[in-house]
Amino acid sequence: MWIERWALTLAVVVPLVGAGVVALLPREREALAKGMGVVVSGVALLFGLLALTRYDFSLGGMQLELKLPWIRTVGASYHVGVDGISLPLFVLTLLLTFLCAVYTLRWMPEGGSAKAFTALVLLLETGMAGTFIALDLILFFVFWELVLVPMYFLIAIWGMENRVYAAIKFFLYTVFGSVFMLLGFLALYFRASPHTFDVVELVRMGSSGAFPRAFQNLVFLGLFLGFAIKVPMWPFHTWLPDAHTEAPTVGSVLLAGILLKMGTYGFVRLALPILPEASRDWAPLIGVLAAIAIVYGALCCLAQRDLKRLIAFSSVGHMGFVMLGISTLSRVGVNAAVYGMVAHGVITGMLFFLAGSIKDRYHVREIQEIGGGMLAKLPYLGGVLAYAAIASLGLPGLAGFWGEVFSLLAAFNPAPGLPLGLYRGLAVAGAVGTVLTAGYFLWMLQRVNLGSVPERWIAKPMPDVVLTEWVAWAPLLVLILALGVYPVLVFGVTNPAVTTFLALGR
Amino acid sequence: MDFYRIAWLIPILPLIGSFLVLFIGKRTPGRGAPIAILGVAASLLLSLGVFFEMIGGRGVYEREWHWLSIGPAELGIGVRVDGLASVMFVVVTVVSLAVHVYSMGYMHGDKRYTWYFAALSLFTGSMLNLVVAPNLIQLLVGWELVGICSYLLIGHWWEEKANSDAAIKAFITTKSGDVGFVLGVALLFGATHTFNMREIQELAVAGEIPRALVTAGAVLLFFGAIGKSAQFPLHVWLPDAMAGPTPVSALIHAATMVTAGVYMVARLFELFASSGAALKEVALVGAVTMLIAALLAMVQDDIKKVLAYSTISQLAYMMAGVGLGGPAAGVFHLYTQGFTKSLLFLGAGSLIHAVHSNNLSEMGGLRRVMPVTYATFLVGTLGMAGIPPLASFWSKDEIIGAAARAGGGVGQVVFVAAVVTAFLTAFYMGRALFLAFEGEYRGHGHPEESPPVMTGPLVVLAVLAAVAGLVGAPFVGAFSRWLEGAGAEAHPVEPGVLALSVGVAVLGLLAAWRVYGRGAPARDPTLSLGFLTRVLVNKYYLDDLYLKGIVRPVQYPVARAVYWTNQRILDGAVNGAAILARVFSRFLYDTVDQLGVDGAVNGAGRLVGGLGRALRALQWGRVQRYAAAALAGAAVLALLALLKV
Amino acid sequence: MSLPLHFPLVLAAALFALGAYAVVARRNGVLVLMGVELMLNAVNLNLVSFWAYLRDSLLAGQVFALFVVAVAAAEVGVGLAIVILLFRTRETASFEEADLFRW
Repeated sequence: MWIERWALTLAVVVPLVGAGVVALLPREREALAKGMGVVVSGVALLFGLLALTRYDFSLGGMQLELKLPWIRTVGASYHVGVDGISLPLFVLTLLLTFLCAVYTLRWMPEGGSAKAFTALVLLLETGMAGTFIALDLILFFVFWELVLVPMYFLIAIWGMENRVYAAIKFFLYTVFGSVFMLLGFLALYFRASPHTFDVVELVRMGSSGAFPRAFQNLVFLGLFLGFAIKVPMWPFHTWLPDAHTEAPTVGSVLLAGILLKMGTYGFVRLALPILPEASRDWAPLIGVLAAIAIVYGALCCLAQRDLKRLIAFSSVGHMGFVMLGISTLSRVGVNAAVYGMVAHGVITGMLFFLAGSIKDRYHVREIQEIGGGMLAKLPYLGGVLAYAAIASLGLPGLAGFWGEVFSLLAAFNPAPGLPLGLYRGLAVAGAVGTVLTAGYFLWMLQRVNLGSVPERWIAKPMPDVVLTEWVAWAPLLVLILALGVYPVLVFGVTNPAVTTFLALGR
Repeated sequence: MDFYRIAWLIPILPLIGSFLVLFIGKRTPGRGAPIAILGVAASLLLSLGVFFEMIGGRGVYEREWHWLSIGPAELGIGVRVDGLASVMFVVVTVVSLAVHVYSMGYMHGDKRYTWYFAALSLFTGSMLNLVVAPNLIQLLVGWELVGICSYLLIGHWWEEKANSDAAIKAFITTKSGDVGFVLGVALLFGATHTFNMREIQELAVAGEIPRALVTAGAVLLFFGAIGKSAQFPLHVWLPDAMAGPTPVSALIHAATMVTAGVYMVARLFELFASSGAALKEVALVGAVTMLIAALLAMVQDDIKKVLAYSTISQLAYMMAGVGLGGPAAGVFHLYTQGFTKSLLFLGAGSLIHAVHSNNLSEMGGLRRVMPVTYATFLVGTLGMAGIPPLASFWSKDEIIGAAARAGGGVGQVVFVAAVVTAFLTAFYMGRALFLAFEGEYRGHGHPEESPPVMTGPLVVLAVLAAVAGLVGAPFVGAFSRWLEGAGAEAHPVEPGVLALSVGVAVLGLLAAWRVYGRGAPARDPTLSLGFLTRVLVNKYYLDDLYLKGIVRPVQYPVARAVYWTNQRILDGAVNGAAILARVFSRFLYDTVDQLGVDGAVNGAGRLVGGLGRALRALQWGRVQRYAAAALAGAAVLALLALLKV
Repeated sequence: MSLPLHFPLVLAAALFALGAYAVVARRNGVLVLMGVELMLNAVNLNLVSFWAYLRDSLLAGQVFALFVVAVAAAEVGVGLAIVILLFRTRETASFEEADLFRW
């Protein structure tokens, strides 16, 4: 059937073609451009869902693979496929982009033309979705870098006051990391015999001990720099708050929801299975950095005055939980990490939507300026904010809980061979981080949502959540609850895959 | 009907009710309250069914459905029904139903009436899920959910900052305890590779887990209980939690959520018991907490705070009871207190509803105006004090007896603390009763008796608070059979202990009558103890310590310092690298590139340009001159050729 | 009896010199073109004379002469066209004036 072979590719190509078509539209046809964005990303999502129907959830390996020769001279091929680790992220990408396109129907940021915006978002979708299905290092790198360009323009053109600084910082920082990543890829290529960029091949070689340990460590350093900056891990995170604060709403949603996961996904997909021994050597360091990020991110959140910046910093902490899970190298930990990625994508994506919508109403982002009482002034918006914030602080029954708790559980019981005492210390730090996380979210809710409406807002008319917003948000709100109540939705897919790939390293 | 098999419905029904209320409640008659009440009532019926089956001698029923596999971790979702769970079902659903009904009156006209009922039902379902959980993760889910419900309900009137402050304090303080709880779960999972509590305990009892790990796991779990059940030193949130509506205090902060810690220790009793140290710790924490909380209760003016400290103190009794006398002793007190304390809270709510103030100094003389409230409050007070044959008497006696029997250092400490606390309890309860109902009315307006929808639940609970204890009386002894199996023996009545506990209770009440019996004295003696009063009024300065020592520093200086570090040092390094790169590249551009490399390139260009300019002179632009030159050239070539030849 | 070779060669040299003079020295474009024509025909005469003298079997001298005639015809056509255009735009046929290429 063609679906097995082509559904993934189509989901990636459709937005690319769509971006081209949208770019050719006349500038004045704004509504048409936005509509095209919804249709194109919707079609891509449909292909993604089609792929989902052909996926065998009980298997752990790669599925729906397609391999075509591409650049024969260097042995790079067009090789795509998904397994339980990439599938949830792939579908999440398509979904989130679609919702962003819907949201844009009403809340189009100012700064440039609608058609350029839509085309860039679609181009971004191609890059993001492609990264998650690429099974060839060169292809992976192409998609990885493809993401940067549209995001750069989204921030630099449609951003806030300080947008150019943030955009350049984002771009340069990430490129700086990906250079080292590319070096790592090349080192792998030349070391592998026969030379290959194919991920599946490399994983096979890596897990059978084809690469000596010193070489692994060196390559891991390269990959680590590339991925850690993208995640971002402490202390490479400083581009993130700036980029988030300056980016337009949709940019922030995709940045937090998907882009950050590319880094953690890189660790799980490439670094761990190809370089198993180096992973062991590096894991404690990664764990320590992750634990620092959790506590540190939470403390930074407490110091924030800007709502959007607070949410941005909360990502540092949440990605810390994901990295903590990965650093345990245990099945529980990696499962928790993938779950955490999906949950963070859904929840933080939602929170950034909310930050944008609040800004659209109050025209300020300072928590002090909003001054409380939103639950009285805009009950639905306030209610949704409370819901998302409480989900983010890890309440069971909502999506944030499982990734967090199992990540702590894994940190307390890491894979054999890792320093147990250190990891238990990290688990304690992480658990303390959950208290701080609860602290800053509840404090934020108190200052934004609760209390009485300040004088200056009482008379100002503001729309509560509008229909477009409900449509764009409903899937996320439902997912937050569904993932929380029925975590098998993600764990059921990830568990066979994680079991398969961690078994390779043994 | 096989109620055990459908016990899974017990937590589900209130949850369904909650969602219905939330989504369609506003459009239904009664604005959602009847739906919530229906859910809880159905749950109560099932609970009673389970309860009577249990009394009928049915054993343990445990059923887990597979829910999640994550690597080696197998997680189930299911039910465990046994004596402990059935008793908790009844306590939770009875109190919850009473509170639901009572709230229809108390919350009448509230602007978030529907939301209130949704949260209340959500709480009930979560609490029941906690009770029914056969494994630690499911327990943790319920544990955290009741926490957030408590947060939502304490902060129900969030327009006031004090209320939302209290809500946050409650959540964060209990969450701090949960750090230990989560780590305890992680530790036990690491040691046993299962979450199922029965399996963990079987392994612990069989000695399959190293003793040190058992102790560490139990102590870590107990941190959670310290937070949830408001034990010293994390008890500070409970008095503040009185900011919530009074029925909420009755349900969550007196009868159910705060008992979750006690319930957890009882549920995992064999684990705690396999590490003797952990159980001793439980008892000692209980002994310390019961005393300090009872002392605090004596100086409160806010009637709800009196009850709040009394709750802490009685929870400590339960802890001590579980620690020394086993699950039956502690849970028996939980069971009797559940009714007694919620009765008192609802009675206090009735008072507050009438006089529009929480303060005892604005009540007085209400006995004549509010006879039903008075009568039921009296039952509660006597029960709390430990006057036979009211329910609380039996359970309190059981704990004091257990402490006496336990002996040893810990037993003696707990025994002394329990007896002193019994006296203090009788005294402060008497003080509250007399200040509210005797003497002259000191408040404003004309208080009236509350409507039947409020007094009805009071009467029901008063009856229960009076007679529910008989099932555990030494001459019946049913309660310990329910909890500890048929083999459990009822402890014989010990006349000495009995006399002592009744004696101190009567003494306490008499002392209170002497001081407050004729209304408020000009100078409240509890407030004229100098240094002691100052310490008590300031709550041992613990709140200050936490607030000024931990919360504010973390909230402001530490957070700012970290953020400063982030901006100046980490981000500074990034920006510094960028600036350095720019300075370097400026040098590179200006000096090396522009002067050196580009100089060479430009130099080459200039050279060629100069040459061109020089040669341009030859470019005449006249065809004929070119032709002449060509001919001349040809001539020269020809000449050369000729000369060569 | 055939004509001695140097007779036509001298004539050709004279014609060539005459043409070269016209090309270099005359101002009128038409005359310059006529000079070119003279030079070409001097060459033709040379080619034909050498053929008569050498008698090669490929008739190369005659063939080249015919080529030159054809090229000369084309050259005159183009040249005259240029001169006429020059006259039309500048109202003179003098090559002295046509120095636009000088930069």
